[in-house]
Amino acid sequence: MRHIISLLMENEAGALSRVAGLFSARGYNIESLIVAPTEDPTLSRMTIVTSGSDAVIEQINKQLNKLVDVAALIDLNDGEHLEREMMLVKVNTHSGNREELKRISDNFHGRVIDESKNTRTIELTDTCARLDSFLEAIGHDSILETVRTGASGIGRGERILKL
Amino acid sequence: MELTGAEIVIRCLQEEQVEHVFGYPGGAVLFIYDALFQQDKVKHILVRHEQAAVHAADGYARSSDKVGVALVTSGPGLTNAVTGIATAYMDSIPMVIISGQVPTYAIGEDAFQEVDAVGITRPCVKHNFLVKDVKDIAATIKKAFYLARSGRPGPVLVDIPKDVSNHKTRFEYPDSVNIRSYHPQGKGDSGQIRLAAQMLLEARRPMIYSGGGVVLSGASGQLIDLVRLLDFPCTNTLMGLGGFPASDKRFVGMLGMHGTYEANMAMQHCDVLLAVGARFDDRVIGNVEHFAEVPRKIIHIDIDPSSIAKRVKVDVPIVGELKLVLDELLSVLRSNKQAPNASDMAAWWKQVDEWRGIGGGMRYKNSSEIIKPQFVIEKLHEITGGDAFITSDVGQHQMWAAQYYKFEKPRRWINSGGLGTMGFGLPAAMGVQMVNPGAMVACVTGEGSIQMNIQELSTCKQFHLPIKIILLNNGYLGMVRQWQEFFHGNRYSETYLNALPDFVRLAEAYGHVGMRIEKPADVETALKEAFARKDDLVFLDFKTDPTENVFPMVPGGRGLSEIILAEEL
Repeated sequence: MRHIISLLMENEAGALSRVAGLFSARGYNIESLIVAPTEDPTLSRMTIVTSGSDAVIEQINKQLNKLVDVAALIDLNDGEHLEREMMLVKVNTHSGNREELKRISDNFHGRVIDESKNTRTIELTDTCARLDSFLEAIGHDSILETVRTGASGIGRGERILKL
Repeated sequence: MELTGAEIVIRCLQEEQVEHVFGYPGGAVLFIYDALFQQDKVKHILVRHEQAAVHAADGYARSSDKVGVALVTSGPGLTNAVTGIATAYMDSIPMVIISGQVPTYAIGEDAFQEVDAVGITRPCVKHNFLVKDVKDIAATIKKAFYLARSGRPGPVLVDIPKDVSNHKTRFEYPDSVNIRSYHPQGKGDSGQIRLAAQMLLEARRPMIYSGGGVVLSGASGQLIDLVRLLDFPCTNTLMGLGGFPASDKRFVGMLGMHGTYEANMAMQHCDVLLAVGARFDDRVIGNVEHFAEVPRKIIHIDIDPSSIAKRVKVDVPIVGELKLVLDELLSVLRSNKQAPNASDMAAWWKQVDEWRGIGGGMRYKNSSEIIKPQFVIEKLHEITGGDAFITSDVGQHQMWAAQYYKFEKPRRWINSGGLGTMGFGLPAAMGVQMVNPGAMVACVTGEGSIQMNIQELSTCKQFHLPIKIILLNNGYLGMVRQWQEFFHGNRYSETYLNALPDFVRLAEAYGHVGMRIEKPADVETALKEAFARKDDLVFLDFKTDPTENVFPMVPGGRGLSEIILAEEL
């Protein structure tokens, strides 16, 4: 099953490689991994999307917690949570599909952030699954380029990850 | 007064009460060696290869309750040390390794003797640090020692660039450490402990299985009390030997691939299993599915949550310091009026004793013609009164030492259990002898393993280490040969060492005493003479039966009850 794991770690050189190294050394999957500093510049927040059996996910959580640099961790899938990913898609517009593209993009609350004679770049923020649906809707033939950030997530309501 | 980084390193070691450092000098650690030279509190043991420095520090730690310390230079000094670091990591040995690094301004430029030490060691250390500012040295070393010895112990590397070791700052050693992201568990959960106690008291076929964690955490006394209070059978893993005394009738021997019949059968057929500081690894329970075929409740006590439920499902997980958890478990059991059901226990012990009769603990067929390796270990046990520190390398000799030297106390059996590092035994014995001066120290080895760090005979000469080397020389890489015999149609691919040196003359060349023993009748005399030479390193080259195999054996990937006994072949 797909899990989103969120963690706070010391914002130190090499911290990212400790996590990435752990996943490759133990043969765990990484679907996406994003990391950036938080409001406290000494801490980074990392979001990892991974998949595996319950036993594997339990081990991933324990092994991550064991890293000395990891200060706090939650498996967002253990409770209510929100998930968002940002995507930039550059599509080709020369085949007279501008109207259709606009309609789909509006449906998905996309935002056009660049336009040229033959191209248009759309920015979208949604769940990973919705981004997949968008790509399917516009069709692979018109896609020139996609860039996705990978998922980030946060607990709903009172569910907070903080030191 | 301001000190250089190098002087600070040495002052930190003094503050940590470090008496011995094992190391090898080089360009990037010149300032540190200079600072070492100008004091006499911290003594340096000059090894002949960096791998040996780390193994020696490892043996030092295993046979005492101290943190082992090694000092190596950058580049090849560090890469040579990696095997030693990985060995310590797999067996959770508390150690601090200080490595030199090229100057900060040269890092990343492929400078002479530059290697990414922190990157290379990351998967085989508990934690590591690159110190880029002289002001951080003291706090980092304080953290390194704290991390190495607390929680689940392990090796910690501190990489110090050459320029940093020459910069100056005020020295202040912190009194305490606070790492906000690191809080090892102390006491266990009381509710879980009460649950475990109830489960143990209601067991009909109970078993206690203990590992290296008991030895490392000094919880052997608690384990003994627990086993004797409950009167349950107890087995030790290879790493756990000595955690429970072999002479106690409740001890059913080591379990696992080369464990006793009774230990493996009891492990397989028990209904409640208490695992203490052990991790159900592949050499211990063999095939996981086969193990799961017999339903049993498992209580697992360990300091490391990730060791629990890694390979087998656990019913009552308890995370905490073994000593504290066992103390609490003992007090719950003592205050409970209930006792294990007497008739169930009698029936279970009858069954265990029946298995004992079939397996007979450890058995081999002795000979008056050719030296049997098991016989040498039995004699070694007899002559040392079972009170020596025994280090070993890896292979058949390691298993025979584990099986036939009946360990009574913890920290007496020093071997590379997890990584299985050939070349471990001799340097580890140096560390053991340094921290236990005057004690009997024997290194049980093979002619393959001993040659992987033979150069250390020179270190032993320089530092007057009177180790007894028990070489079980069968002329083969015996354990590999055994597998080739069983599983690869007797095709002995590259396992015959047909250009062996004359070990007696080799020992003599290094300034030691060498002895060759070829007849069973001479084994005892030779061992007696060797141990009578209290100040000499004696290298005993026993010519042993080249066809002897290690039994019992649970073939790789098979289940515990699929164990093969010697007489079945």
